[in-house]
Amino acid sequence: MTDRTRELAEQVRQAGIQRTPLCIRGGGSKAFHGRNSQGEPLEMAGHAGVVSYEPTELVITARAGTPLTEIEALLAEHNQVLPFEPPHFGAGATLGGMLAAGLSGPRRPWSGSVRDAVLGVKILNGRGEPLGFGGQVMKNVAGYDVSRLMAGSLGTLGVILETSIKVLPRPAASLTLVQELDAARAARRVLDLGRQPLPLSGSLYHAGRLWLRLCGGEQGVAAARQSIGGEVVQVPVWQAVRDHALPFFQTESPLWRLSLPAAAPDPALPGDILTEWGGAQRWLVSDAAPEAIRTRVQALGGHATWFRGHPPDGAVFHPLPAPLLALHRAVKQALDPLGLFNPGRLYPEL
Amino acid sequence: MNAPAEVLLAPELRRALIADLRAALPATAVLAEAEELHPYECDGLSAYRRLPAVAVLPESVEQVQAVLRVCREHGVPVVPRGAGTGLSGGALPLSNGVLLGLARFNRILAIDPDNRIARVQPGVRNLAISEAAAVHGLYYAPDPSSQIACSIGGNVAENSGGVHCLKYGLTVHNVLGIKMLTMDGELLELGGASLDGPGYDLLALMTGSEGLLGIVIEVTVRLLPKPERTQVLLAAYASVEQAGEAVAAIIANGIIPAGLEMMDNPAIRAAEDFVHAGYPVEAEAILLCELDGTNAEVSEAIMGVRELLLQSGATEVRTATDEAQRQKFWAGRKGAFPAVGRISPDYYCMDGTIPRQHLGRVLKRIAQLSGEYGLKVANVFHAGDGNLHPLILFDANREGELERAEAFGTAILDLCVAVGGTVTGEHGIGIEKLAPMCSQFGAAELEQFHALKAAFDPAGLLNPGKAVPTLHRCAEFGRMHVQGGELRFPELPRF
Repeated sequence: MTDRTRELAEQVRQAGIQRTPLCIRGGGSKAFHGRNSQGEPLEMAGHAGVVSYEPTELVITARAGTPLTEIEALLAEHNQVLPFEPPHFGAGATLGGMLAAGLSGPRRPWSGSVRDAVLGVKILNGRGEPLGFGGQVMKNVAGYDVSRLMAGSLGTLGVILETSIKVLPRPAASLTLVQELDAARAARRVLDLGRQPLPLSGSLYHAGRLWLRLCGGEQGVAAARQSIGGEVVQVPVWQAVRDHALPFFQTESPLWRLSLPAAAPDPALPGDILTEWGGAQRWLVSDAAPEAIRTRVQALGGHATWFRGHPPDGAVFHPLPAPLLALHRAVKQALDPLGLFNPGRLYPEL
Repeated sequence: MNAPAEVLLAPELRRALIADLRAALPATAVLAEAEELHPYECDGLSAYRRLPAVAVLPESVEQVQAVLRVCREHGVPVVPRGAGTGLSGGALPLSNGVLLGLARFNRILAIDPDNRIARVQPGVRNLAISEAAAVHGLYYAPDPSSQIACSIGGNVAENSGGVHCLKYGLTVHNVLGIKMLTMDGELLELGGASLDGPGYDLLALMTGSEGLLGIVIEVTVRLLPKPERTQVLLAAYASVEQAGEAVAAIIANGIIPAGLEMMDNPAIRAAEDFVHAGYPVEAEAILLCELDGTNAEVSEAIMGVRELLLQSGATEVRTATDEAQRQKFWAGRKGAFPAVGRISPDYYCMDGTIPRQHLGRVLKRIAQLSGEYGLKVANVFHAGDGNLHPLILFDANREGELERAEAFGTAILDLCVAVGGTVTGEHGIGIEKLAPMCSQFGAAELEQFHALKAAFDPAGLLNPGKAVPTLHRCAEFGRMHVQGGELRFPELPRF
């Protein structure tokens, strides 16, 4: 429950003087995510605690090292949730790690992503200067949106010290329907439902079964259940898919995350595929050549992340066109001119 | 004056610039005569006007690249412009620069109902997207009050809001991808038809960057299914605090309305005199609460909201029984700005956002300040998301009133920052709020913004002098005001 901004800033300044790269570490639950990065550890765990939380403002502000479980438990006391359902991927997941990883769970297409919910951040830049961007209000267009830039940057742009996140009321009712369908019909069904104003909040298709989740008011959910049909299930499949606890994910083969247009056809790559987000996020377990996967996914208008089972120095994230990579380098340079933070974690050049 | 200093190009440099642009573009795309340039002398912030050195209206990416190349060669700044409806002077021309009008990029390239996206050129009007998507039962959610005229490219530049932000977000939440040109003429694609892109979220950085980082030449937006039903309630209160508590109660009870708007007594009276919406003119505050969703969802929510409004001390709660009445309830709120324009020779619109819990305190302080400065104020408020639009009434023809109004406005924005809010919720900084930026951000943050700008535009040629003040300019000061009710686009609702 302490504010360690000063010590952290001092450590960054020292690292700058000695030109020593830093590896920013929260709970270590997502250490597998991204490329290998070498440097002195910068431990965030002690920089923890909820700074402010006013439920009727729909905003929580907490330090980066605050455990995600603590945040979610506090919100639950007030019948609120993080609407983007961030994956934990382990017991120690922290708020800062959640933002740095930028990953969202099953409800993302309907309630937005981590990045959508970020309202403000405090960071240390590469000079060890504590900076504040955004704030605690939902509408704020003063200055460039550095807060959202942090989402998914994997700590390569700055040390996330604190963040303010928009929260939502927990839906009064929630239920999951399952039906047996072949892949083509399931894909069509999900697209058709997506075009209707229904209280959908999750979709999952694997091996002939389509799960759909409805969230909202009691009557709204009940009415939607009638119109959608299918069997009600009690199995908590959503948390399991969020944290990759389903048997599908228990594999030694490489796991790929494919981000695709929802209506993109089956990429027809060798291996097993699990589809979420109304078609927009597909998990692929495949031994196919990375190049083949990337070429195919890019041709369908998406990008592919080698999520698990990649070599430490492998190309985890989809390669960027040269001019875009050059701009990434310039942005990195603007925030972290000495290249101190998590070098190479996102791309070798950053 | 907040406007960047007037620097004229030497006549021979201007002639050379125009000649090079003419060589690169079709004849009709280069405007250099004063009478051709006048339509571009200002945006929606019409207190500030000036002619650009030259205006160009390209209609292809290659032509924009050619413009940027010529500008680089001449070291001349470029000011991008969409429909020119912005309220903070972001599209104010530079007298030594090129005004780059994107109005001819006006094609809807694709409506894709299965992916629920629209791919459009930046000059397409906001409302035109929803109109084109309507055949599929889809629409584009952000609805800034100028939506019949404002362009989607401008919306990206300003991260525009609207009255439905609480539930549906701002532009940044509804744009999936852009194609842009850097000042170097490099074509970049950020995001696309999927829900995220690889690498840094430069799309977020571009959204709301007020034309300082790049030129948007294509936008992919997310479309939503049109709600089955929309209904609005109107509640009257004997105090603004009670109305504020009602807003908190609705949210505490797990209801996220599509729209939640508040007006105080002076705003209610002005609006009622103007549009005869049937507002209760004796009320100290009214709330408009719009609910949307499926039939079942709305039926359920409306009962709950009605109950909460009554419990929170509403003296009266009305539910619009049909679409005509819903439009009537909204007419007063949407007509609030012109309504105030009718009762005062001039008004000055502020755009701060505050954490809602401080509403009572902030409005009370604004009332005190109103007394101290001897100027009336009417408040309209996007109550759901804390975005406050105090309208300061004054008469610029009276000695010292403009200065008093500006000082009053500064005090309000400082108050917004002091309670943890921001100096602009949706109108942008432009040239108008450069000074208040200095109270919201410290020197280190402002320097960081400049470093980011330099990462995109090292020569500083894109819309220089807007959005982020230099530390030097933080010593300077100024404010917007609307002269003699002479708001540009007076036909547009402002809310």
